Amino acid sequence: MELLGLYHYWVFVVLLMTGFYAVVAKVNLIKKLIGVSLFQSAVFLLYITMSKVSGGTAPIVLPGMVDPLYSNPLPQVLILTAIVVGISTTALGLGIAVRIKEEYGTTEEHEIQEIDRR
Amino acid sequence: MTGLNAHLPALQVVVPLLIAPLLILLRPRGLAWAAATAASAMAFAIAVQMTVGVLDGQEYRYALGGWSAPYGIELLVDSFSALLLLIVTGASTLALLAGKASLDSEIEPRRQPLFYSAWLLALAGLAGILVAADAFNIFVFMEISSLASYVLVAGGPDRRALPAVFKYLLMGTIGATFYLIGVGLVYMMTGTLNLADMELRIHEVADQKPILVAAGFITVGLALKAAVFPLHVWLPNAYTYAPHAVSAFFAACATKVALYVLLRFDFVVFQQNLTGHEEQFAAYLMPLAVLAILFGSAVALFESNLKRLLAYSSVAQIGYILLGASLLSIGGVSASLLHMFNHALAKGALFLAVMAIATRYSQLDLQHLAGAAKRMPWTFSALVVAGLSLIGVPGTAGFISKWYLVAAALEEGVLGMALVAVIVVGSLMAVVYIWRIVEAAWFAPADKSADDPGGSVREAPAAMLAILWLAALANVYFGIATGLPRELATAAAISLMGHLP
Repeated sequence: MELLGLYHYWVFVVLLMTGFYAVVAKVNLIKKLIGVSLFQSAVFLLYITMSKVSGGTAPIVLPGMVDPLYSNPLPQVLILTAIVVGISTTALGLGIAVRIKEEYGTTEEHEIQEIDRR
Repeated sequence: MTGLNAHLPALQVVVPLLIAPLLILLRPRGLAWAAATAASAMAFAIAVQMTVGVLDGQEYRYALGGWSAPYGIELLVDSFSALLLLIVTGASTLALLAGKASLDSEIEPRRQPLFYSAWLLALAGLAGILVAADAFNIFVFMEISSLASYVLVAGGPDRRALPAVFKYLLMGTIGATFYLIGVGLVYMMTGTLNLADMELRIHEVADQKPILVAAGFITVGLALKAAVFPLHVWLPNAYTYAPHAVSAFFAACATKVALYVLLRFDFVVFQQNLTGHEEQFAAYLMPLAVLAILFGSAVALFESNLKRLLAYSSVAQIGYILLGASLLSIGGVSASLLHMFNHALAKGALFLAVMAIATRYSQLDLQHLAGAAKRMPWTFSALVVAGLSLIGVPGTAGFISKWYLVAAALEEGVLGMALVAVIVVGSLMAVVYIWRIVEAAWFAPADKSADDPGGSVREAPAAMLAILWLAALANVYFGIATGLPRELATAAAISLMGHLP
């Protein structure tokens, strides 16, 4: 039962490995980028779950709260930065994919290698 | 002046970071280059100033926004960071100064302001990694420098740079994300992101398993970024097809900054807190270092493209740096740090020479360069001086670090003898691949069919030659007057080894 209780870690691991598999195994550049995105999202979830304190509420100080229990806001702030980094990476990756399509006429990895070998 | 002095660690990053967006507005021809070079030179001056302070025994600690560590974000410059800051800002400044003509021919005028802006962002990111004392800030700066360097590498006219940079982007992102996972796990167990604070708090962690997993993720992630064999596959193509000035900049410093993070994180945070970690660290990295030296040198033996040859040689040189660190003795670590500096000098000068050659020859295959030395004697003489330093001939900087490396290896007994054999074999292979360049350029009959039908190729532009020779002579200078880098490297090694149990 303890394994099931840690389900949020399982979500992290499964997402992470799905993304990793896509990066390694897919030959289409766009699919690889989708894989990278999934891979990064998994880490976002890891940070979000670790910030949760069970029974904790949003860390906003309100009048009249007695002995409040707050979730940890720091990982959420960190991951906000990481999300921005992730989006820039994906955007840049897509931009490069577009340039590759313009120059090579394809986004399949093996076809690009074929063209370069000629 | 003292007031400004205290802010140097922040200015190191802020100067290039703030000038980068302004460059986009500088449309008139040459202005963006001038501003970028000035900013880079200013960053170099700041690095020199801090090095002087560090040599006086000062440590620069800076609390951003006045919030003191561990709650605020801390910047820290000690001898290790100062050594690397010198390499990074120096390489950037020399590559920009020498690279004007080369970049003008490779980057369209319209895109130049954007290109130089990305250059300064890469510089700011790399400098940021070196001054940050906080695990998460290191990640953010790492990504700033990586994103900017993808743009720089893809900026040239060679379309083969695009698939190369795509691979670099995928592997770089996976590396950085691995690092992020590791930092997350450590944060989960300790509740802090400040490296020095982490070191203290990990003591109190009862369950070591998550820390061990974190150490694995961080080591592999940074090894990816540092192109440690066998995770080096992104490096050769990225260096080969990048604009020549960018190759000179990155070959001198980019992978070394990732190695810096790897060593600092491992020594400061993990070594004394994980039982038996130092043996695991050595047992894991030493074989990889040996393989990197043998494999990288062997591939360079058979490579026919000049830039690819030098790129594979870089893979081997990363091996030497790791080998020194994996000896886990003060001698070994300081040899490794010294080699970072000396290899940056040698490889930076070599890639500057390649850039000078590329202004006259469109193809950099060795067979196309047949007889080229007779047309460009000054360029090729500088290339040979830097090549001798790469090999480790006495009287050059490369000799000093290899000498210390061998001395440190010999302290290890029988294993050390085997390592010395590897170092010698690697150096001999370097003799052969540098000789292949010399043979093609000096002794092969000139290739009439290539770029040079009437023998009209002239020497490289004077400004470029001057910087190239400055870099080449620096190799000789630091081969004789070893004081500065050795002092920094030894102080850094003592402080790193001080964290061992």
